Amino acid sequence: MNNWRVDGKGRINRDKRVRFTFDGVSYQGYEGDTVASALLANGVHLMGRSFKYHRPRGPVTAGSEEPNALIGTSRSGAGRFEPNTRATVQELYEGLTTVSQNKWPSLNFDVGAVNDKLHKLFAAGFYYKTFMWPKSFWDKVYEPVIRASAGLGVSPTEPDADTYASRYLHTELLIVGAGPSGLAAALTAARNGTDVVFVDENRELGGSLLSEAPSAIDGKSTESWLAETIAELEACDNVRIMTRATAIGYYHENMVGVAEKLTDHMENPPVNAPRERMWRIRAQEVILAQGALERPLVFDGNDRPGVMMAGAAQTYLNRYGVKVGNAAVVVTSHDSAWYAAFDLADAGVKISAIVDVRTTVNDYLNSEAQKRGISAKVGHSVTSVSGTKRVSGVKIGRISGEQYVTDIISIPCDTVLMSGGWTPSLHLFSHTKGSLHWDEENEVFLPGERTERCHIAGGGRGLWSQQAAFDDGVHAAQQALTSLGQNAPGLSVDVDGDRAGSGIVMEELPSNDDKLARRAFVDFQNDVTAKDIRLAVREGMLSIEHVKRFTTNGMATDQGKMSNMNGLKIAANELGRPTPKVGLTTFRPPYTPTTFGTFAGYHKDELFEVTRKTNIDNWAEENGAVFEPVSLWRRAWYYPKAGEDMHTAVARECRETRASVGMFDASTLGKIEVVGPDAAEFMNRMYTNPWTKLASGRCRYGLLLGEDGFIRDDGVIGRISEDRFHVTTTTGGAARVLTMMEHFLQTEWPDLDVWLTSTTEQWSTIALNGPNARKVLEPFVKGTDLSAEAFPHMALRECTVGGFEARLFRVSFTGELGFEVNVPSEHGRALWEMLYQEGKKHDMCVYGTETMHVLRAEKGFIIVGQDTDGTVTPADAGLTWAIGKKKPDFVGKRSLTRPDMLLPNRKQLVGLLTEDPSVVLEEGAQIVEAGDTAIPAKMLGHVTSSYWSEALGRSIAMALIEGGFERNGTSIDIPMPGQTHRATVSGTVFYDPDGDRIKM
Amino acid sequence: MLLIHCPYCKEKLPELEFEYAGQAHIARPDNPAEQTDAEWRDYLFIRSNVRGDHAEQWRHSHGCGRYFNALRNTVSDKFIATYEIGQACPTSHAEGEENNEQLES
Ligand SMILES: [Zn+2]
Repeated sequence: MNNWRVDGKGRINRDKRVRFTFDGVSYQGYEGDTVASALLANGVHLMGRSFKYHRPRGPVTAGSEEPNALIGTSRSGAGRFEPNTRATVQELYEGLTTVSQNKWPSLNFDVGAVNDKLHKLFAAGFYYKTFMWPKSFWDKVYEPVIRASAGLGVSPTEPDADTYASRYLHTELLIVGAGPSGLAAALTAARNGTDVVFVDENRELGGSLLSEAPSAIDGKSTESWLAETIAELEACDNVRIMTRATAIGYYHENMVGVAEKLTDHMENPPVNAPRERMWRIRAQEVILAQGALERPLVFDGNDRPGVMMAGAAQTYLNRYGVKVGNAAVVVTSHDSAWYAAFDLADAGVKISAIVDVRTTVNDYLNSEAQKRGISAKVGHSVTSVSGTKRVSGVKIGRISGEQYVTDIISIPCDTVLMSGGWTPSLHLFSHTKGSLHWDEENEVFLPGERTERCHIAGGGRGLWSQQAAFDDGVHAAQQALTSLGQNAPGLSVDVDGDRAGSGIVMEELPSNDDKLARRAFVDFQNDVTAKDIRLAVREGMLSIEHVKRFTTNGMATDQGKMSNMNGLKIAANELGRPTPKVGLTTFRPPYTPTTFGTFAGYHKDELFEVTRKTNIDNWAEENGAVFEPVSLWRRAWYYPKAGEDMHTAVARECRETRASVGMFDASTLGKIEVVGPDAAEFMNRMYTNPWTKLASGRCRYGLLLGEDGFIRDDGVIGRISEDRFHVTTTTGGAARVLTMMEHFLQTEWPDLDVWLTSTTEQWSTIALNGPNARKVLEPFVKGTDLSAEAFPHMALRECTVGGFEARLFRVSFTGELGFEVNVPSEHGRALWEMLYQEGKKHDMCVYGTETMHVLRAEKGFIIVGQDTDGTVTPADAGLTWAIGKKKPDFVGKRSLTRPDMLLPNRKQLVGLLTEDPSVVLEEGAQIVEAGDTAIPAKMLGHVTSSYWSEALGRSIAMALIEGGFERNGTSIDIPMPGQTHRATVSGTVFYDPDGDRIKM
Repeated sequence: MLLIHCPYCKEKLPELEFEYAGQAHIARPDNPAEQTDAEWRDYLFIRSNVRGDHAEQWRHSHGCGRYFNALRNTVSDKFIATYEIGQACPTSHAEGEENNEQLES
């Protein structure tokens, strides 16, 4: 079956055969193959369909820059399917299952390929133009049809079953890339004893040496030299080598992110082994030895399966022992493709012609071609490619003037090898905001000013020969080591049979064919053609950043590795401006597509985010509570009894609390201890309320504003003693409030003698509310008298409750007689259970956050963040009573008299009573003038809180409405789908407006 | 990820331990009540938004918890200096110039 294997070539293990499937067909490859090399060895070039036009595509590269050969891979077991895997990177293992993408019903016959016939509809900017009109096409055509047929791969439907790891690493020198320059740098540093981390994205070190071996290095075969060098590096304690490890991003201060693949190449990964590991490597010096990427040439049909980079064909031959075809035409503007042709010819591939667009090439190349009987067509161009699912031939002609060709002939072939020269791989350098400068002579961008301690070596600096790369690697290492204060001796690596080369940079190749009909691709992955880029320029896109967004050139997952320079060149030509003036788009991490799992690392499932639980939480769980998340806390939402749904459970909890007594876990309330001689002064400055005269043993509602005058937080604050306050905050606001307090204390008032301590988790807080609350609590309280006279509303005592030291507050968030008991948090559940037993004598219920919300809303108590939204002043919320009128200043006070804060039509918090008492409005619903049916209607405000009130036997709501206070008693409308509700504006206190019930 | 020198801990530590806290050297007026609306607006909202060296407050929130001042270049993102609250802003190397302390030291 492996007709395309070449004996004696490649680094695959021919003793280990590996079976895998592609689209359900079983194939055989060898250990050391990629999916792409193994499929090519089986004669399969067609590996997928393209993104927009569904054109048949095969691999165009042999590496991580691959734009075309994207496949779905799966391992057995749910959650192990991955789309858009590059077939050129995925290593083969026994049993690997792969599928092609973007095709229906099959790769060979794809209905979506009709898009290709309609390509004029999908011209540049079609995203912005085509989808605009007619409107009815939006949901009938564009969404279901075009969206479904465009796109890359299919998202997995199962949760990812794999685990991912992450590690930090510190080193003196990080070397990225293990080709000649990286190896030379590593050897230099390793022999010097420097601490080195050496990473490469491939399974083995060697880089270009694996694809194109010089005849000898230091007098040895390349294979032996490489083996000895790797052995030497591996034996060094000061060198850590990582393969299958891609440097994906270069971050500040020499931190490089390296994504290491651990198990994707294994038939049987170790149980529980992470699939990938993200390394965050902080290096004192970094050497980027990432080489260069070969550029495609742009001509009609350059995307047909069988057309690939000349260097890729050379890699498939020399690294994998695969010939990519039997008869190849080479088309190039660079010497390197000639060498690729010679390698293939020597391995028995018929090279039908070398078509070089340059007017002359050197004598050596010509004579080597002649020696092999290869027809060299210098000064020629390929004008078109025939064949759809596989190349069947090309038309070539002599270049005559800039645009035209003459003497056109057809050459049959099954493979076209192209090379438009090489682009230095400077993506990581660009991540550092290092500048690039344009080398006019060689028409490449080269590294300029650097912002980090990094050094570029080899191909990245436009050095194409392997000897130059070795030398430059040594040089870079010496520079880096000098920066480290180490003086390393140099070393030399001598290459025999080096193949230095040069070339020119082309835009679209000359052709006589209709410019608009040509399908000459610039970006294979996003299906952008040369025509699209010229169209973008004609439509007014002047900068490459605009051209990129208009055409999507370079915006695919390969980030334009192959397309940016060609796109730039074509745009510059069309604009008639020098290439560097048109600019280069920004490279951003990651260098290659990286799984979300690698970024997430350990932060998944229960480790995604902490779940904070109170000491009483497990009691709630044992007793059937339904939970809801409140910031990071999980809180008991309601406690359904058998047969109860949420509505009936909450109604019962409300009823029983108001009738007798209810118990509530309020431990999540934020708590801050404010202590010190200046504690009262600090509180005066922070909160709107006056604190100086608050006696020890008393508490007060506190309101906190931002300096802009808007409500930030609130809570009951108790004065424990002259110099000590027990501050409570909203559950979600605790950290924010403490931070705000610290900010003022440290930066504005460092003279105040005050300490702030978060005590949220030091206390369990149990709230008892209802007419019988005292009866339940009293038996457990020692050291204080709970009677209404001795312990009035808004009093607090330090005492013992149930034998535990306690801070006992008499406060109410329900309008009923209420107590909040704070005991050291570890005793919360014990006290809860004592009170629960005692409560049985009084038909006590336990209630959750929903009932708490209803009961507070019946009393018009606000929830900051629900009834306020960061634009609400105390006056808007009807809380002017909480402002200390005589205080000269507090945070936010000055803002309360800014002109906008005094406007009469501000949104103000009011109550709403629906005309139909059974209608419970939706929170967030918009409010309009009664009878306003205009479209669009003027929005007056929105519903902030809305509940069924069991106590009132009807619905209640609160809302922020423009000029709300003035509207008291008038009607407004709440338009909802299908029906408009009418409601009357009211006050916000719906229940017990005189507050008699707390006085018990 | 930046490395930030905490002037209180006297250690260079990862950015993850710190949080940004706004422009530095904007003192709260002693007597807000005496501020005109325009003055108070400026204090509340008007910030420099500089392209270049920017004095700002940071907090070592996952360390000592202290607020401190920093001079940072908004183009390179890099810290030029950090200093204690209450200390004067050190002059930047050159007005408007992008500083790359890393390479100079
Ligand atoms: Zn610190």
